[in-house]
Parts: sequence; C-alpha cells; structure tokens
Amino acid sequence: MIFLVAFLVGVMLISAIAASIFKDLMNAVIASCLVSLIAAILFYFLQAPDVAMAEAAIGAALVTAVFVIAIRRTNRYEE
Amino acid sequence: MKRIISFILLAIVALGITLSLLNIPFGMPKTKVGEHYIKKGIQETGATNIVTSVVLNYRGFDTLGEVTVLFVSAIGLSAVLATREKKIAEKIESASLVLYTGCRFLFPLILFFGAYIFIHGHLTPGGGFQGGAIIASAFLLMYLGCRERRISEKRTKIAESLSGLVFIVVGLIGLAVGGYYFLSNFLPKGTPFSLLSAGIIPIIYIAIGFKVGSELAFIIDRLMRESE
Repeated sequence: MIFLVAFLVGVMLISAIAASIFKDLMNAVIASCLVSLIAAILFYFLQAPDVAMAEAAIGAALVTAVFVIAIRRTNRYEE
Repeated sequence: MKRIISFILLAIVALGITLSLLNIPFGMPKTKVGEHYIKKGIQETGATNIVTSVVLNYRGFDTLGEVTVLFVSAIGLSAVLATREKKIAEKIESASLVLYTGCRFLFPLILFFGAYIFIHGHLTPGGGFQGGAIIASAFLLMYLGCRERRISEKRTKIAESLSGLVFIVVGLIGLAVGGYYFLSNFLPKGTPFSLLSAGIIPIIYIAIGFKVGSELAFIIDRLMRESE
C-alpha cells in the first residue's frame, strides 16, 4: 500500500514538473490532467471519496476541457 | 541574478512552511465541534453521511454562498462572451462512427450515475456538487462525440433558476417554521440509512445537483460555441 502511494506521488511530481517544462501546451495540459487524476486517487486512499469525486470530475475533465478550448483559440506552442 | 533571488525566496518560504507544519499535532482533535458532529450528527440531522450533514445542515448558509459564487461566475462568463455573438458554422465536421456510438451509449449512463450521486447524497459519499459536475462532464462528452447536438440555453436557464429558487424557498421555510436559522430541518427525519430520510437534505441536494449541472453545462456550451 505504501509503495503504491509512493509510486503515485512520484508520477504526480514528475507530471507536475513536466507540465511546467513542456513547450507544446497540449502536452502540458494532459500532464496537468494526470496530476488531478492522481490527486483524486490519493484523496480516495486518504478516505475522502467525496473530494475524490469532485477532483476527478472537475479537475481532470472540465478544467482540461476549458484549457483545450483556450489552446484552440490561441497558440499551441510556447515561444 | 533574478533566478538566484527567486530560488532563495522559494527556499525561505519552504523552510517557513516546514517549520510551522512541524508544530501541528496531526490526528489530534483541535476543536470540540468536530467531535460533536461525529457523535450527534446522525441523531440530529438524520443523514448518515456526516459531510452532508455539515455542508447542508450545520453550515447551510455557507453552501448558499458557494452556489452563489458559481452562479455569478456563469453570469460573468455569459456577459463576456455574449458581446460577440457569432453564427454557428453550418457544416460541422462529424466525429468517427466509433466515437459517435460510444458517446451516445455512455451519455445516459453518466447522467444516471450523476443523478444517483446527488439523490443518495445523504447516505453515501458525494452530493449535489459532485453529481452536478459528473452531469456536466456527460454533456462535455456529448459535445466531443456528437457535435451537432446542442443543449438548449433557455432550458438550462430555467432548470438553474428553478433549482436556485427551491434552495432559497426551502431554506426560508425552515427559517420561518423550524427554528431560528436558515435551512433548519423542518421535515421528519425518518429512519437512518433509508432513501426517504434526513428531512429536507435530499430535496436541497437534488436542487443543488440540477443547479450545478446546468450551470457547468452552460459554461461548457458557451466556451465550445466560442471556440468554433
């Protein structure tokens, strides 16, 4: 159990750093979506299933959609 | 030079947070109010989900504020985007058959799950906000897969206003009949663990579910329309 949580936190950290490094903004949005998704799983492990539900629906789905729509209207690549 | 200064600042902030967190005894109850909610919550409100009993009964007025914040942000978004009304493109590129069929198959199931979450908000984890967000994500899926389908703006407004009215009217009836605070529980509590229990809590959570779902679906609709 503790190894699974440690692995998830590691992936979360890597994708959070990757989201700030990527020059292709679409990749950065997907990486930040992964951060939210793993945060939802961790909330579930911390016995907060209601927060996990809200995080998965809003953080992983709706916020990602809003960012993708914004990228479609502006530049995809960061200079 | 700028980078070094910012790194030093970050290190100082991290050190401060670590030092202050070290002194907090985690796991120890700091206040008496939490213990009271856990021990007396089911008895006083009839809701077996203690989070719900806090959100809708003990702290019901705060929930009204949260719902209002979401409402104001939806109004602000529509005010910003309404100034540039555009015609929808006549010919919308349709999705592939697999995506189209999959979305049409999944859409009612996700709606059903969202409704389950907010109807059972007083019994199981979750509630109106989570259920509403799940329903809005179902509409997002519909926009990705079946792009020629649109939600009716008028109907989302009607659902949103009606559910907001239900929230406030039930709260005010509670104020008038039940006692001395907003959203006091004036209906019979019923037996715990059954669907018809906890008095007004299921009614309020169904209203919040409709309100949040229609507001978020409206926001998604507005943004999708703007991006085309």
